[in-house]
Amino acid sequence: MKYLDEYRDGSSAQRYAETLRALVTRPWTLMEVCGGQTHSIVRYGVDEMLPPGVTLVHGPGCPVCVTPVAILDRAFRIARRPEVTFTSFGDMLRVPGTKDDLLHVRAEGGDVRVVYSPLDAVAVAEREPGRQVVFFAVGFETTAPANAMAVQLAARKGLKNFSLLVAQVRVPPALEAILGQPECAVQAFLAAGHVCTVMGTAEYLPLVERHRVPVVVTGFEPLDLLHGVAMAVRQLEEGRSEVEIQYARVVRPEGNPAARRALEDVFEVTDRTWRGLGPIPRSGFGLNARYAEFDAERRFPDHEPDAREDPECRAGLVLQGRLRPQECPAFGTRCTPEHPLGAPMVSSEGACAAYWLYRRRRGAPAAPTVAGAGAGSA
Amino acid sequence: MCLGIPGEILETHAGPGGLRYGTVRFGGASREVCLEYVPEAAIGDYVIVHVGLALSRISPEDAEETFRYLEEMQDLADLDGEMQEIDRAEAS
Amino acid sequence: MTDGAIVCPVPLPAGGRILLAHGGGGRMTRDLVERLFVPAFRNDVLATLHDAAVLDSPGARLAFTTDSFVVRPMFFPGGDVGTLAVNGTVNDLAMSGARPLYLSLGFILEEGLAMDDLARVVESIRRAAGEAGVAVVAGDTKVVERGKGDGVYITSAGVGVVVAREPVAPDRVRPGDAIVVSGPVGQHGVAVMAVRDGLRFSSPIVSDCASVVAPALALLEAGLDVHCLRDPTRGGVATVLNEIATQSGCEISVHESAVPVNEDVAGACEVLGLDPLYVACEGRFLAFVPAAQADAALGILTARADTARAARIGAVRAPGTPGLVTLKTVAGGERVLDLLSGEQLPRIC
Repeated sequence: MKYLDEYRDGSSAQRYAETLRALVTRPWTLMEVCGGQTHSIVRYGVDEMLPPGVTLVHGPGCPVCVTPVAILDRAFRIARRPEVTFTSFGDMLRVPGTKDDLLHVRAEGGDVRVVYSPLDAVAVAEREPGRQVVFFAVGFETTAPANAMAVQLAARKGLKNFSLLVAQVRVPPALEAILGQPECAVQAFLAAGHVCTVMGTAEYLPLVERHRVPVVVTGFEPLDLLHGVAMAVRQLEEGRSEVEIQYARVVRPEGNPAARRALEDVFEVTDRTWRGLGPIPRSGFGLNARYAEFDAERRFPDHEPDAREDPECRAGLVLQGRLRPQECPAFGTRCTPEHPLGAPMVSSEGACAAYWLYRRRRGAPAAPTVAGAGAGSA
Repeated sequence: MCLGIPGEILETHAGPGGLRYGTVRFGGASREVCLEYVPEAAIGDYVIVHVGLALSRISPEDAEETFRYLEEMQDLADLDGEMQEIDRAEAS
Repeated sequence: MTDGAIVCPVPLPAGGRILLAHGGGGRMTRDLVERLFVPAFRNDVLATLHDAAVLDSPGARLAFTTDSFVVRPMFFPGGDVGTLAVNGTVNDLAMSGARPLYLSLGFILEEGLAMDDLARVVESIRRAAGEAGVAVVAGDTKVVERGKGDGVYITSAGVGVVVAREPVAPDRVRPGDAIVVSGPVGQHGVAVMAVRDGLRFSSPIVSDCASVVAPALALLEAGLDVHCLRDPTRGGVATVLNEIATQSGCEISVHESAVPVNEDVAGACEVLGLDPLYVACEGRFLAFVPAAQADAALGILTARADTARAARIGAVRAPGTPGLVTLKTVAGGERVLDLLSGEQLPRIC
């Protein structure tokens, strides 16, 4: 497949690994922000190709992982309503709330359906006027334009049976929060390529100015990741801190203006709580007043008590890159994909799930690593 | 967040809501994609598609960058190696 | 199924629905059996219409299997629940080194099922059984209330005669064995998933549902020392490799770039975020043979139209960690190829 296969080429990856080795003179710790990048790194074994001295830590860029328990519990309550058809991306189906998940709700009789796109959910609402169709609008800025378009479409068609349960989050405030931690060992970021496809790079300039960290907007295939690491390491070795674009074939500094116009029409910036990280001001999107009628939280109000997260789950530390999954005491014991304590063990791009599926060697102990100690790959 | 897959635009048409849609081919599988946010993308262009929406037209020129960079880095490494050879030769 | 008489497989009037009475055991049941099932599966053994089929077993070892089929949707590109029922059962027998001979089929029908749909399924079964060289010799029909079934559920049992000279089973897998796949993977799972809403592709992806009896037996009849055969159904190739690694106590290593995947399946998997190695097949098998016989095995398979794209995909490592399956990825790095917790779902992240 064009624009995929060539970026997975083994011999080019090998050559990148060799030239990286020549480039590195000191240990460096980089954070890759996007869960899709985490997934790709571990799936293709990119971390094993890095020279000792370059440590990749996995960031909070998994919108599934950071959806707060309170919203999940809310989703389950809405999905249990007999008049509701609850539509969602497949990623959310196994994520646990306080207890239960959407699969359990479906098993108990809830009308829970997987869709590929929010536009499909609008089509369901049109086809089944007797149902209240709710779409679980989880995602980063990458997914926000599609969610915005779905709402605009529903409004244009005058649909009275379509609403969004919004759990949209924004990346830059989360990076600020991570950089603000005193124990933060991250020296450079591989920024999320598809988020920046929509938003452009302007939002990262203040971050770079304030914290003097290189930010390289990186793609998702093995060569993209190796190229992004090379660009970030070069900045670090040369003492520069700039925003650069590795994923130039897709990302423009101005982003996608048409998509951003849709976001401005439909959403407003709100405060959001991130599962495992806590509340981060201005870190999310919510429906603005113009489209308030499409907000499922308004359409299905409830006054349930606040939900709690499992105290043993250390997802927060994992999402900040301060703990490797295999260093968590619950990893593989109390917490497995079959009975997860938190979201990163369930989501296909969650760091814990990635390590479980791709790295765990039965019978062999996992090598302990400490972020920033330059001990190389996991 | 991020499963954005490159596909080739085979044709375009008006879709639901009067929005610009197209048939996009991914390897050997084709499906309908909303092209409303990539007005500059035409038949034959490749776009990145996420949850049924095209978010960007792929620039073939910029696509070479990853490979150009690799060549450049290798040239530098070779140059480095040559310089070290010269230094060694001069020192002896 | 050698009866040459031409029999219309749909003798009942077109249209109409299954009613609870069709499962009552009375006249309507008898009519359904005699007018729909018997003409389709016509053979001497079935003609006795007795409680059990009495079969001649020429002093050989028998292989016996059972399975159930509940696929949704009932009809999909490349097959239906009927073709699945036949091929799934005969393939299991072939994987044990047996030539399939007889099938029994139990039908659980939902009240309200269109008779035309049932007739279509029965015709599919007739055709698939003929292609696989098996006779349907016993059957049963029950009807459940509307809403308590899903159109058609089929339970099968199959009997075959073992033709392999040595046992064909996981405990015969040895370090150094080569692993061969009979064709491109992931077709069935994507075909079925893609028929659901919103996941449709412009030209439908076709299931690979088929009998693998002929190519599997061809390997055995050529005198190759086939250690193990396994068809990757639910959970795909990765799941089967894990099962065999565990059952044999061996370590298995696979090369991702060696695994054949059709272009349309590859594209669909990228879009839906699926890994073809975990997607179900219904017309493929894996063969474990001594390394020295790998080329011969490939030669036999690639010479056939139905297994032309067979490929060598990996090997049993020696020494190794029992139960471990590793993958050399296309990019060159290595990772563990483990069991998934549940089914693969389409993802956006």
